[in-house]
Amino acid sequence: MRHTTKLAALAVTVALLVAGCAKKEDTGGAATSDELCADKSGAGPKIGLAYDIGGRGDHSFNDLAAAGVKKSLDELDATCEESEASAQEPDSAKEERLRTLAEAGFNPIVAVGFVYTEEVNKVAKEYPDKKFAVVDGFAEGPNITNLVFSVEQGSFLVGVAAGLKTKAKHVGFIGGARGPIIDPFAAGYKAGVAAVDPSIKVDMKWLSDKGDDKAFANPSGAKTAATALYDAGADIVFHASGLSGGGLFDVVSTKPDGIWAIGVDSDQYQTATPEQQKHILTSSLKKVDVAVFDFAKAFKDGTTKPGYDLYDIKRDGVGYATSGGFLDDVTSKIDEYKAKLVSGDLKAPSKL
Amino acid sequence: MGKLDLRRIALALAAPVLAIVVALVITCLILLAAGSSVSGFLSTIFSVPAERNVINILNNASILYLSGLAAAIGFRMNLFNIGVEGQYQMAVFTAAVFAAQGWLPGPINVIVSIILAMLVGAIWASIAGVLKVTRGVSEVISTIMLNAIAVSLTAYMLRKVGVSTGSNLATEEIPRDSWVGGIKLLSGAPNELLGLSLLAVLGGIGYAILLNRSKFGFALRATGTSASAAVASGIDVRRMVVVSLMISGAVAGLIGLPLLFGNSHSYGTTFQAGIGFAGIAVALLGRNNPIGIAFGALLFSYLTEQSNLLEINAQVSPDIVAISQGVIVLAVVIAYEVVRRYRNALEQRQVAAELSTSAPSEATPEATR
Repeated sequence: MRHTTKLAALAVTVALLVAGCAKKEDTGGAATSDELCADKSGAGPKIGLAYDIGGRGDHSFNDLAAAGVKKSLDELDATCEESEASAQEPDSAKEERLRTLAEAGFNPIVAVGFVYTEEVNKVAKEYPDKKFAVVDGFAEGPNITNLVFSVEQGSFLVGVAAGLKTKAKHVGFIGGARGPIIDPFAAGYKAGVAAVDPSIKVDMKWLSDKGDDKAFANPSGAKTAATALYDAGADIVFHASGLSGGGLFDVVSTKPDGIWAIGVDSDQYQTATPEQQKHILTSSLKKVDVAVFDFAKAFKDGTTKPGYDLYDIKRDGVGYATSGGFLDDVTSKIDEYKAKLVSGDLKAPSKL
Repeated sequence: MGKLDLRRIALALAAPVLAIVVALVITCLILLAAGSSVSGFLSTIFSVPAERNVINILNNASILYLSGLAAAIGFRMNLFNIGVEGQYQMAVFTAAVFAAQGWLPGPINVIVSIILAMLVGAIWASIAGVLKVTRGVSEVISTIMLNAIAVSLTAYMLRKVGVSTGSNLATEEIPRDSWVGGIKLLSGAPNELLGLSLLAVLGGIGYAILLNRSKFGFALRATGTSASAAVASGIDVRRMVVVSLMISGAVAGLIGLPLLFGNSHSYGTTFQAGIGFAGIAVALLGRNNPIGIAFGALLFSYLTEQSNLLEINAQVSPDIVAISQGVIVLAVVIAYEVVRRYRNALEQRQVAAELSTSAPSEATPEATR
């Protein structure tokens, strides 16, 4: 009987602990890191934001979407709520996230990432009076706007920058995963380098065969890849691999001056450490923040349009960053290429 | 003796209940340490799910259940089939490609695809089995490696045969007449129960019959309990290893099919991954018992579904639920071990008591203490 008593005692203690936990009232969860959407007083659009895996803090498109919402809070008097996807969740979880936001009264609802396409297709039908936007999406419906980007054009321009800046006539690329998401970055970059000088060698490294954690949340993999590329003789490496890119920046910060890395999506110079900044030549920009803000503004004005809203070089929806001033000597040349892309004389390929 | 049996049942239930409670406490402590709202977490997790959530829970539970069964067949043989993940990825990819060709009409296409998926799962698992019996390679190592190969292989083949739509890359869509419609279980829900989730029910019944009512099942359990005793009683253990891994792989082949035929209709880069690993946890939680696994699958599915609301309703990251699930599994393993030792000690004392008294049949452990 002794042991039964012990077991029972343990069970009771544990049960009490749970009860104790439950009673310890935390005043409304104020301590959570929910700063972006903490202020619920705005009278403007109530934006529901559904992130892709990674969520805020990915220094990539989730963060950019959040920046777009932040701007909407400031300028459109909007309020918001955010919700993050977890790794390997079922598709029904994405649907549910969108429905929960819709039921909680949010409108418009911004889904970040093409993975939401099918789910927005379904849920938008159930809530015909609400407006939905899908970043990188390809959903169809009278109340759905797809915010899409010509990333190959921005990547073409950083390719031109790399072509003009390389002394070794040898550059590198690190991609998260082969496929329709990253191929345009690689193809545009390669074409940009070749536009300057077709004899420049472009080495490519891929972190994973599919768009999983190994591709986009794998800094150590990117570290290995970057070391290999620099050791092979490349003096500039461009990455399109989300969070993994941190590994590239770590490696390049230990290199002598004149060895460069190129960032992706946001102006990564701004979020880098001082040692890394000295080596961040430029970034291929994908202005998700602008697109999300524009969408929120259009919603407020009642002018959202269904279908595709393309952010290309003409609209300044993609581009290259000049922070750090490392490109000052070649900016005019890059802008010549940019002008040709804008006029359509030059086309950046999106397929490898 | 009736009293003792009651206590045994209580003991059997004590382990999982204890584990869940311990896991909740640890989760609460983590939430406190992170400065999040514990009451918000608990009230959200234990809120009554809406009708559409109930459907989601059932759908995901049925998929998890198949995965749990696949793992459990191996466990019963003392085989650690970590490769369920790779087996179902290979199987569902093959089924998606085959079904999309539309060589066969409607339902026949579905049935042949199901058989094909089971075959592929079985063959993929048999590699580990053959390696084990011919070369003594631990199935833990080989199935982990086979997972890595399966993930890369499916991704590679998908690039070869897939068609891209927007940013997604997927196999061609299955012809509409081979879609398996859902079951409208609850009128208030916009979603339906996946038609092929019934495979889980069939799988559970098949598992119970195979294990408890067949000669093969007896050989399997005997080998799992003691390989040397099994050899002595004329069981071909090497054959058993390969065959049971193949059955495990065949069941693993079913995992992706409810989603494939009922929801996504193609295999793409976003097809759900990770169910194979969750199945191991579910099988552990359910003690390889067909009903126990069902409870485990429902519990995990319930927690995952409720975690979705956490961020919106309680400003708590849904990752916290993944932590609780992990802790539940750890706690379950420990709790079972504690209970098992306790039961062994109990039995020993009982036997000792019976031996030391002149009328053993009347003695109870209580009487001797």
